[in-house]
Amino acid sequence: MNAAQIVMPALGPALPELILSVGVLVLILYGAFKGERSTEGVSVGALIILILALFAVVSQPFGAKVTTFNGSFIVDGFARFMKALTLIGSAAAILLAKEHFERERIARFEYPILIVLATIGMMVMASANDLIALYMGLELQSLAAYVIASFHRDDVRSTEAGLKYFVLGALSSGMLLYGASLVYGFTGTVSFPHIVTALREGSGIGVVLGVVFVAAGVSFKLAAVPFHMWTPDVYEGAPTPVTAFFASAPKMAAMAMAVRVFIGAFPVITPEWQQIIVFVSIASMALGSFAAIGQRSLKRLMAYSSIANVGYALIGLAAGTEEGVRGVVIYMAIYLAMTLGAFAVILSLRRGRQMYETIDDLSGLSRTHPLVAFLLAMMMFSLAGIPPLAGFFAKFYVFAAAIKANLVLLSVIGVVTSVVGAYYYLRLVKVMYFDEPAGAYAPMGPGLRIVLGLSSVVVLLFWLVPAPLVGLAGAAAKSLF
Amino acid sequence: MLGLGILSGLLVLPLVGAAFILTLRGDEESVRRNARWAALIATLATFLLSLVAWGRYDTATSQFQLVETHAWLTDTIRFKLGVDGFSMPLVLLTTFLMPFCVGASWLSIEHRVKEYFVAFLVLETTMIGVFCALDLVLFYLFFEAGLIPMFLIIGIWGGKRRIYASFKFFLYTLLGSVLMLLAIMAMYWQAGTTDIPTLLQTRFPANMQIWLWLAFFASFAVKMPMWPVHTWLPDAHVEAPTAGSVILAGILLKMGGYGFIRVSLPMFPDASHYFAPMVYTLSVVAIIYTSLVALVQTDIKKLIAYSSVAHMGFVTLGLFTLNEQGIQGALFLMISHGIVSGALFLCVGVIYDRMHTREISAYGGLVKRMPLYAVAMMVFTMANVGLPGTSGFVGEFLAMMGAFRANPMVSFFSVFGIILSAAYALWLFARVVYGKLEKPSLQGITDLDRREMLILAPLVVLTIYYGVHPGPILDVFAPSTDALMQGMRAALSTTQTAAAALPVPH
Repeated sequence: MNAAQIVMPALGPALPELILSVGVLVLILYGAFKGERSTEGVSVGALIILILALFAVVSQPFGAKVTTFNGSFIVDGFARFMKALTLIGSAAAILLAKEHFERERIARFEYPILIVLATIGMMVMASANDLIALYMGLELQSLAAYVIASFHRDDVRSTEAGLKYFVLGALSSGMLLYGASLVYGFTGTVSFPHIVTALREGSGIGVVLGVVFVAAGVSFKLAAVPFHMWTPDVYEGAPTPVTAFFASAPKMAAMAMAVRVFIGAFPVITPEWQQIIVFVSIASMALGSFAAIGQRSLKRLMAYSSIANVGYALIGLAAGTEEGVRGVVIYMAIYLAMTLGAFAVILSLRRGRQMYETIDDLSGLSRTHPLVAFLLAMMMFSLAGIPPLAGFFAKFYVFAAAIKANLVLLSVIGVVTSVVGAYYYLRLVKVMYFDEPAGAYAPMGPGLRIVLGLSSVVVLLFWLVPAPLVGLAGAAAKSLF
Repeated sequence: MLGLGILSGLLVLPLVGAAFILTLRGDEESVRRNARWAALIATLATFLLSLVAWGRYDTATSQFQLVETHAWLTDTIRFKLGVDGFSMPLVLLTTFLMPFCVGASWLSIEHRVKEYFVAFLVLETTMIGVFCALDLVLFYLFFEAGLIPMFLIIGIWGGKRRIYASFKFFLYTLLGSVLMLLAIMAMYWQAGTTDIPTLLQTRFPANMQIWLWLAFFASFAVKMPMWPVHTWLPDAHVEAPTAGSVILAGILLKMGGYGFIRVSLPMFPDASHYFAPMVYTLSVVAIIYTSLVALVQTDIKKLIAYSSVAHMGFVTLGLFTLNEQGIQGALFLMISHGIVSGALFLCVGVIYDRMHTREISAYGGLVKRMPLYAVAMMVFTMANVGLPGTSGFVGEFLAMMGAFRANPMVSFFSVFGIILSAAYALWLFARVVYGKLEKPSLQGITDLDRREMLILAPLVVLTIYYGVHPGPILDVFAPSTDALMQGMRAALSTTQTAAAALPVPH
């Protein structure tokens, strides 16, 4: 038995992922043995392991850049920052879902488990240092997400959303994989650092073609125009807590993946992919802003809003610089708070078992629920980028990076579409504050309160102490360059 | 005191008042009463504190004073506050007008009183912040943040078309401002900081100045508002509640002028010189065109709104004459207009509260039943016309004088504005106050009550006082204006010598 000596890779850097993996297996067993009664316990358990993983991510040595698994898995400041955001988003998704699913009588222990599985995938995406690892993470995340989308399996809309998501998601994965294989074929390696070295020696049209396909796949996952079509339907069809999840954590991971691929693997051919990102960014901002104007459903509105927001975040990526990545990171962190806060309010629009999800249902909310209305209004002003709310600083950093990189036209188009976007965000404020009340809703549950409270603190008070987040984001961006 | 200076105190005090009002509980009537008194006390306390600041202010120097700086975004983008000769009077104007706004809203705001005063106090903080900020990002932050409370004030407590007006106000000013934001970033990458005192010493390349100037102009011209981007103002004025109009005309419009004098003129002297003819043209068009438009208005508030646009034309004209008289005149006019137009809107509020209409044709012969009101209204109308002896005269005269030095044709045309302003203002006064008291609805109208007298009397006194004794205000402006002029002359002369030194082809 002279098999080649198998070297055990260092597992330390992957500790957060291991915590989640082992934890989720235990939870599956627990759920399988206890059956439906275990939902409560599994939810709490999932929250606990997510928080443990968050601690593990935070306590990893700062500034260190460690690779393991033969260099395919990297832990650096950027990965840690994006993982932390992802974990927060996933934990919020479980908090937001609990009461809602219990009311809808679809509470099952699989939901938290699927969320945790998706989270593992997302964390691998953020840490991927070669194309294979990236794809593995992506698929783990996507497969879990397809199932979650159709979680309300007796509901036609939900199953339709799941199917749509699956078919289009599979298509996009295929494109990404095809692009990756082209890159592999023309550079002879899948590892990001080696791709950089190979490209330094010269790049052919084949690599560029591969990058185009990779960009298409990434855009799909980000829900960026022109690969956004699935977003409104899936957002509307999926149960609302799931929509909140789709709008938060996977976006963080997809953006981390985009930055990893373009900045990590293809910095040599920046001018080539920059054009693509600039186009995608402009198209997303414009479509997201204009298409949202006509929406009546809050969930569809948030879908278009997320498309537009991805467009703004991509401005930072388009700059292709350290400032740009810092902008992206800050943008995603603040976007996470805004979007979770908004969904917490949307989830609270309920009388008895009936959920309300159109804009008109917000009528006069400022009279019936002054605090909730105020907080949602602040989320909307923040999404519109009005200072002193956090959303302004998010936009500030990406636009500053773009101006420095001389992307003036992109910036001007960006700020102009942000004014268009302000119109529909303001419309929500108008409905809540200027219109007559439509009637009171049931009081908010504790899970929603926690999520809304925390995200409001970020959105409202960020301007008083912006330095910590900006500093961390700066360190995260630095680790990539 | 936690390392906070007096200017931070000015920012925090209104917020403390707002927070206190938010905590009010109890039955509706007592909440309303307490909210009113709390707002009044908060604004008065802020005014007193600004007087303390004024006491510590040295009018002899052009330096920034009462400076305080705190860590903020980065080492180069700090939370820095300070005042100089341009901003100190505007801070005082802001804190001075706020108690009047609270007084004017005492009874006319009947629903959601609590929220109303909270919005107003937050608005006060943002306005003071604009004038105190010594960092461009901070300046932008306050400049834009004011949109949120104002949007709510117009939208919730406004008139019939309040929703249209509030959206127009918000989106119009936002569109103007976002370009300024990009310009601020460009300046940051060029100079490495957004610290205003440092930027004042920085010379930007002439070509870059042009673009930066245009971007800032987009914002300030909308805020001012200059023709042809003034159309949001009449709508916003007409629909806003009385106190909202006072703040709009009295202070928010001054932010545009302040922006020009704080940023455009000193930081982009070459571009300001280059674009001065364009600004003259727009100003003269504004003065004549909007005065003509004011003549045919049937709504009192709209008429005063258009007259504000015309007066702001004098301000931009004066600022871009680029000489001492013009700039001093423009600044004085800003202060004077703040008092006078605010007072005029308060006067409209007085009769609107009684009759609930702003149509000119609904009034006439008020002097019979409201003699005191007629006197107050007359003083403000005369000041609006620019009659010597009122504060309106000083500013317009100086601005015209500056314009004459810079370009006689411009002053020739702008004189028509003064004639027209006499026409529309006096005609308005005649139609509302004089004539026979025939309308049956007006028979029972009552004169000013004690609260209204208390509000209008100080404004009457100030209007006349600064008309005959403008020295105190002009002295505050003087050192800063001198410093600005010196800087501009130095900048322009180097540009001209550089141009002369270029080898001439052939």
